[in-house]
Amino acid sequence: MKKLSARRRHPLAAFVVLIFALAATGGLYAALAPAGEAKADASETSIAIEEGQKLYAVGCASCHGAGGQGSSDGPTLVGVGAAAVDFQVSTGRMPMQQPGPQAPTKPNIYTEEEIAQLAAYIASLGPGPGVPEPAAYDPSEGNAAHGGELFRTNCSQCHNFTGQGGALTHGKYAPNLHDVDPKHIYQAMLTGPQAMPSFPDAVLPPEQKRDIIAWLTAVNTSESPSEGGFGLGGFGPVAEGLFAWTIGIGLLVAVAVWVAAHTAKARKS
Amino acid sequence: MSTTTNPPKETRSGAPAGEKVADWADGRLGVYTVAKSNMRKIFPDHWSFLLGEICLYAFVILLLTGVYLTLFFVPSMAEIEYEGSYIPMQGVLMSEAYASTLNISFDVRGGLLMREIHHWSALLFVVGIFFHMMRVFFTGAFRKPREINWLFGFALLVLAILTGLTGYSLPDDLLSGVGIRFMEGAILSVPVVGTWLQMLVFGGEFPGSLIIPRFFVAHVLLLPGLMLGLLVAHLLLVVYHKHTHFAGPGRTNDNVVGMPLFPVYMAKAGGFFFLVFGVIAMIAATTSINPVWVLGPYRPDQISTNAQPDWYLGFSEGLVRMMPGWEMVIPGGYTLNLGLLVPLIVFPLVFAVIALYPFFEGWVTKDKREHHIAERPRNAPTRTAFGVAWLSWYFVALVAGGNDIWAIHFDLSINAITWWTRISFFVLPVVVFIITRRICLGLQRRDREKVLHGRETGIIKRLPHGEFIEVHEPLSAEKRYALTAHDQPQPAEIGPPVDENGVPRKVGVVEKLRVRINRGYYGPSGQIPKPTAEEYREITSGHGHH
Repeated sequence: MKKLSARRRHPLAAFVVLIFALAATGGLYAALAPAGEAKADASETSIAIEEGQKLYAVGCASCHGAGGQGSSDGPTLVGVGAAAVDFQVSTGRMPMQQPGPQAPTKPNIYTEEEIAQLAAYIASLGPGPGVPEPAAYDPSEGNAAHGGELFRTNCSQCHNFTGQGGALTHGKYAPNLHDVDPKHIYQAMLTGPQAMPSFPDAVLPPEQKRDIIAWLTAVNTSESPSEGGFGLGGFGPVAEGLFAWTIGIGLLVAVAVWVAAHTAKARKS
Repeated sequence: MSTTTNPPKETRSGAPAGEKVADWADGRLGVYTVAKSNMRKIFPDHWSFLLGEICLYAFVILLLTGVYLTLFFVPSMAEIEYEGSYIPMQGVLMSEAYASTLNISFDVRGGLLMREIHHWSALLFVVGIFFHMMRVFFTGAFRKPREINWLFGFALLVLAILTGLTGYSLPDDLLSGVGIRFMEGAILSVPVVGTWLQMLVFGGEFPGSLIIPRFFVAHVLLLPGLMLGLLVAHLLLVVYHKHTHFAGPGRTNDNVVGMPLFPVYMAKAGGFFFLVFGVIAMIAATTSINPVWVLGPYRPDQISTNAQPDWYLGFSEGLVRMMPGWEMVIPGGYTLNLGLLVPLIVFPLVFAVIALYPFFEGWVTKDKREHHIAERPRNAPTRTAFGVAWLSWYFVALVAGGNDIWAIHFDLSINAITWWTRISFFVLPVVVFIITRRICLGLQRRDREKVLHGRETGIIKRLPHGEFIEVHEPLSAEKRYALTAHDQPQPAEIGPPVDENGVPRKVGVVEKLRVRINRGYYGPSGQIPKPTAEEYREITSGHGHH
């Protein structure tokens, strides 16, 4: 002991103590870490819910309230279901960047796992539509012609004949559906995000939703054929009129100028 | 080769084959007299004089492609199930008109190209008419003796719009069906007789089964027939009046300087036809127009956003979109749908203003002389300002007609756009009128400056005593002539308050108004005095440029 007490004032003593302390902390952590593994015994869902709640507290609670009950800045999320969360977050609409008439799409910052955790948490708040299975929105299984009729009856008044999008009141809009993931189209119909009405299965059965997706795949993706040539955005007569007033008549006037400039005069004055 | 080795025996020896044919024809049709007076008809050279030709050629292309389309189109509203080759419509119930349009687009050889050439020609036809009218308007080419021909041209514009409307509706697709529904609404809004008129046009409740066959007859027979007749009258008057030309050395109000119809102008015009046809065919081959196959057949229970008419009726759509949806019930229980009725009244007025302008200007100026010189727009500031103001008026209505497209492409609120158009419809033409008139007067000042002092060359010289001057290059005599050839009428006067006998003269309110407007046209605020020869001589004989 004398030896120890004699060296406790050694300049390096503090470092030695630090090393011991670190080793003890590390050892203790290693010893206690299996306690975390013990959680695996509980259901995966409850972990997801717990993790989702943490993500929710960081990314969503400021507008939707600490428990998803909603606030003056955002609606309640009780009962919106996992499908709504999957749609809003994976298209980047939520969390919203800034208040505005409508939440635009932007790059999504969450991983698929995190989105699933968020969805699990929101689903735990109240029953709502779940994330659909891939077979439900496979366009190759649908009937495009029937889907076209359904689209023109239910969707085209806002989204245009082929889903090119359209304006709504006060800066809101129905987005362009060009190349939108079929899963997201399905979820949007199911949950009715933002200004869109929802079309639950009792109103629009799953097969009809799939038909609508088949129609959109036939007419509004990068692979869809444009039989008549360059499509001018699919907006119809306004775009065509603009083309006629600019490029069309522009070319004809250019030709007229050329013809008038080339005359039979022997020598230009 | 064979003609030279075996000369024909019976006819005049040595005469070329063409002359023999002409002889034969003259003996039966009298072509020599007609040709003698018309073959050497002179047409002046200026690109803006070819705008009318663009319209003529578009019309010819429309007739040619239209004939092809009628071979395959079925003007019937009978319902059938589609079984053609366009998969996303297979099994859909539709009218025979729509099915036959899909058939033309996908199963008839060259059908889609013909449809697109036809439709693009139709759009460009009316754009061409607008450009042609602008040329005539802004150069004052509607003045005596051409007022009647201006009305003929205006009638052609109205007929072209009607033909476009009926043609656009024929495929019976969801887009054009909405247009017919719109038209039905406008008819129904007519007080007292609206419902009767609607029954007259549709032969029953909307949509019925008659409107497509009726539109078909109007589109392929009635309206083009009328247009063809008017077109011939329009061209005959051009030949009779001879063409206007811009002032220049040797180009006066009493002559026409240009190229003879045969052979020069005929070759140019013929070549121009093929160029116009080529441009339109190229546009049609590369750019889609009205892809009816993705629009679906018309059903009264369906509708789509972006439902607009072709551009030439876009302003009527705009008038309805900017009009508040007012409605009132008058005693007796009759509803007045002002939201549609007011636009229905304003719609013809917008056009009537343009049709009647030549007579308005004639009344204001009391100018009874013949005019064969095309004025430069800057030299008639009030008229030019009036024309540009009208265009801005029309443009506001067009913006309102496409307010949803503007909203979505510029991230704007559709409500804000609608309010902008409501205010601009009254304010913008006034602002544009004032600005355009100022610009014209500024350009007149510049012309005056150029004539008197020459063109600014941008070359700076330093004189021996240190002064810097910019070198002005005098204009050539030809240019000075062209810049000063226009006449500047004296403003009208109301006259003395008493006549020569000392009796007070009575001047009517209308005459006072006329003089007031006339002073706006020709008073000190309406034109900058053009330089006189004395002014020019005084400056050029002096100490030189500065």
